[in-house]
Amino acid sequence: MCRLFAITSDEPLSPMVAIEALDVMREGHDGSGVGLFLRDLAGPFDNMKEAPILSGIFTDAGIKRLDDFMMELGFLTKFRMSIRVPKTPPPGIPKRDVYLIRAYDYPEEWEQLTNEEKHSRLMILRLELRKMGEEKGDMIVFSFWPDVIMIKEIGDPMKVARHLGLDRPDLMARVIMAQGRQNTNYAINLYACHPFFIEGYSTMTNGENTAFVPVKEYLMSRGFHGYIGYNSDSEVFTHILHYMKKRLGLGIETYKHIITPLQEDALEKHPNAAFLKHLKQSCRRLIIDGPNCVIGSLPDHGIFMVQDRKKLRPGVVGGRPGLFAFSSEVCGLDAVIPERDKSKDFQPMHLDTAIVGPDRQEVKICSQTQPLPLLH
Amino acid sequence: MLPNTAITPSTLSVKDLPWQIAWSKEKCTLCGRCTTVCPVHAIELGVFRKRHVRVGLNLPAAPSNDFSLYYGIRQRTDPAYACIGCAMCNMICPNNAITPLKNDEADKLKYHIDRGGQPRRRGGRRNVRDGVLDRIKFIRISMLTDPALDAGRHEFEIRTLLGRVLPPEENIRLIREQGWIPPVREIYPLIIGSMSFGALSPTMWEGLQLGVAYLNEELHIPVRICTGEGGCPPRLLKSRFLKYVILQIASGYFGWDEIIHAIPHMKEDPCAIEIKYGQGAKPGDGGLLMWYKVNQLIAAIRGVPAGVNLPSPPTHQTQYSIEESVAKMIQSMSMAWGFRVPVYPKISATSTSLAVLNNLTRNPYAAGLAIDGEDGGTGAAYNVSMNHMGHPIAGNIRDCYLNLAKLGDQNEIPLFAGGGIGKNGNLAANAAALIMLGASGVQIGKYIMQAAAGCLGSEGDRCNICNIGLCPKGITSQDPRLYRRLDVDDVAQRVVDVYLSFDTELKKIIAPLGRSTSLPIGMSDALGIDDSAAAERLSIKYVV
Repeated sequence: MCRLFAITSDEPLSPMVAIEALDVMREGHDGSGVGLFLRDLAGPFDNMKEAPILSGIFTDAGIKRLDDFMMELGFLTKFRMSIRVPKTPPPGIPKRDVYLIRAYDYPEEWEQLTNEEKHSRLMILRLELRKMGEEKGDMIVFSFWPDVIMIKEIGDPMKVARHLGLDRPDLMARVIMAQGRQNTNYAINLYACHPFFIEGYSTMTNGENTAFVPVKEYLMSRGFHGYIGYNSDSEVFTHILHYMKKRLGLGIETYKHIITPLQEDALEKHPNAAFLKHLKQSCRRLIIDGPNCVIGSLPDHGIFMVQDRKKLRPGVVGGRPGLFAFSSEVCGLDAVIPERDKSKDFQPMHLDTAIVGPDRQEVKICSQTQPLPLLH
Repeated sequence: MLPNTAITPSTLSVKDLPWQIAWSKEKCTLCGRCTTVCPVHAIELGVFRKRHVRVGLNLPAAPSNDFSLYYGIRQRTDPAYACIGCAMCNMICPNNAITPLKNDEADKLKYHIDRGGQPRRRGGRRNVRDGVLDRIKFIRISMLTDPALDAGRHEFEIRTLLGRVLPPEENIRLIREQGWIPPVREIYPLIIGSMSFGALSPTMWEGLQLGVAYLNEELHIPVRICTGEGGCPPRLLKSRFLKYVILQIASGYFGWDEIIHAIPHMKEDPCAIEIKYGQGAKPGDGGLLMWYKVNQLIAAIRGVPAGVNLPSPPTHQTQYSIEESVAKMIQSMSMAWGFRVPVYPKISATSTSLAVLNNLTRNPYAAGLAIDGEDGGTGAAYNVSMNHMGHPIAGNIRDCYLNLAKLGDQNEIPLFAGGGIGKNGNLAANAAALIMLGASGVQIGKYIMQAAAGCLGSEGDRCNICNIGLCPKGITSQDPRLYRRLDVDDVAQRVVDVYLSFDTELKKIIAPLGRSTSLPIGMSDALGIDDSAAAERLSIKYVV
């Protein structure tokens, strides 16, 4: 089972904070990989919130192809963060040419486009780059989105972080998610590494998704080009979230009603029974069967945690106003926010969605039995 | 054959028959019960003359003959009276002195069972024992990566949907705009398939209905039962139990006059309307209720004269195309109940199933598709239709599901599979395999007759006389002397037993796969089979 850690903070933090938390929880992962998601960036990126940032791993040839490709489209490099790595990586970490974090200026002809159109095109470009990379094995692209950086690598999280030199003052963010990987069913492929990202939505999960195949088939048949990949059974959680928000226009409090709907009796008693019944039926193919704990990051900078219906994975939320963390284990939380009021720690159960909003003032708990906001 | 009988082409010996009666003179009490109970008069009282040769010890006295008589059972060899292997004689024999044995070679009867140029007609099934469903295994067992569920202790929601489920976007839009959303029923995925009032005896029908009502009202398991094409007794039409019933309309429209007239008096809507276009056991052939079974009661409910054959046409005569059938008929049936009742067609599995399905996907009123495979049973059909016509269900369901998944409609049009589920007794395993191949639920007929009423039929051409109303168990007979053998309450209790044990077995399958909150429809990664060609055909894993 993987270990997860997410933190949201008024003050920018180094990703090392999350890596340290993973290190404390290292008994729970086998160090076969690490994934990092940074959002609401500080440092040099603080002044370029609109600029799309491309994150990925490239060979030297891949970089050349990327530059040609981006140039052709009219993208100009606005800022690049150089990650210099020692020539020989430590044992267990593969040798790579370039870890890329690069912010771009939009091409001139994109200026007229709405944000929504721009974002949609960004996803198409990311998918195109991924496809190019898969053809020649020279590019791995994690995200291409404003104000978001993603880093994934095979190896022990702490060793990878040190190898990449992530402890640097110009790499800071206010929302950080990190996953320490326990390799089980799938060959180590960086596209199978959490967190997953699509159009501003990102989630990471631990546990195994036993309903993976029908859920995947349903998403793939939605006619949306972004629903591809599925190197990991957990990628569907990100896509379900995206589908719910973007295609159905529903709020995060509805997420659990889709993946783990209430059962008959509880549903009948719910104030929004009629709506939820329809939702349960029409989204039947998106019901998961766990065991999973999902932590996710929303475009408004809120983060959340949900559990599946009964086979709960460990997960705890705690902190203080301005600084909250979601962790697989209490020891991870203790390592990062030791001075919090522990009596207020919360472990979401089968009906709960724990949300820390963009203001980072409190942990809001939505229970599935509570009324839903009105449908607009 | 008696020694002084003429030999004709159709003169058969006992050895030529499919079933041979083994009778023990030593055990027989000569009570005569077996000859009385035999539904086809295959056995009769035999008077046997026996010669004893007496050879004296004192030569030269000549040997002499003694003649004696004894009484016993004689098996008739006239093809019209050939033993059907039902073994009622054995059941009733106080001393277990008699039993039918299956011929150890292919019988000769099959060449002679067409007297008067009338090919063999019978009830029953295809009589092929093996099938792909029994070979499918569930291979994705959760242990450490995902701790398995406890079938006995965890909460399960074993439910499926019958009805047109809209895509989420469309559904939400219609909720906002208060538009018409197709009716959807949440039901148990094991449905008692269509067996008509007429094909079944009154006691059997009532027993099934009673069992279903009990499952719903007392155990809260939403089991549904389909009427078949034979109408529905008015008392049931006007009762609150109608909501557990799927009314079937087929090409003979039998009983629909009564049903239409009862609509204003209905307290509840029926669960759904099934339009039968085909039946797995005899694809391309219509329903058939032979005159033996058309008594006054059946005639009244069906709206026909008594004592006549009731063959339904192979197709709905008022329609000339699939568009007609699908659009007109589904829509008009929907309209009859104010668009509150799901209406879906049932077809026999065929290589053209996909064409039907594709048509349904474009009709917003089509609530699902039931597909009946070649191993389905029937009350009456030509032997040739039963044995040689049809398509296996597994591949057909899989093709249809994958096609829907390609179109993105896999949640919109539920597929229901029928035909041979549990034919070797493995009901839950067969049902689970079909669900994981893509069926939303399964329909059973023969299984419930065997399990709930003790139907004697088997895959070995045993009994199979449902068509002539002589069912020795009273399941498919309209003769009170026969159907009184069946107790309504006993049937109901067996129905409940069957469902409860099925429920446990299904949980024992899906719990180790880590599934409990939703039916694992299309969870094909859990399936494996030890036949590479079948694995490839079904897009499941090949395991050895």
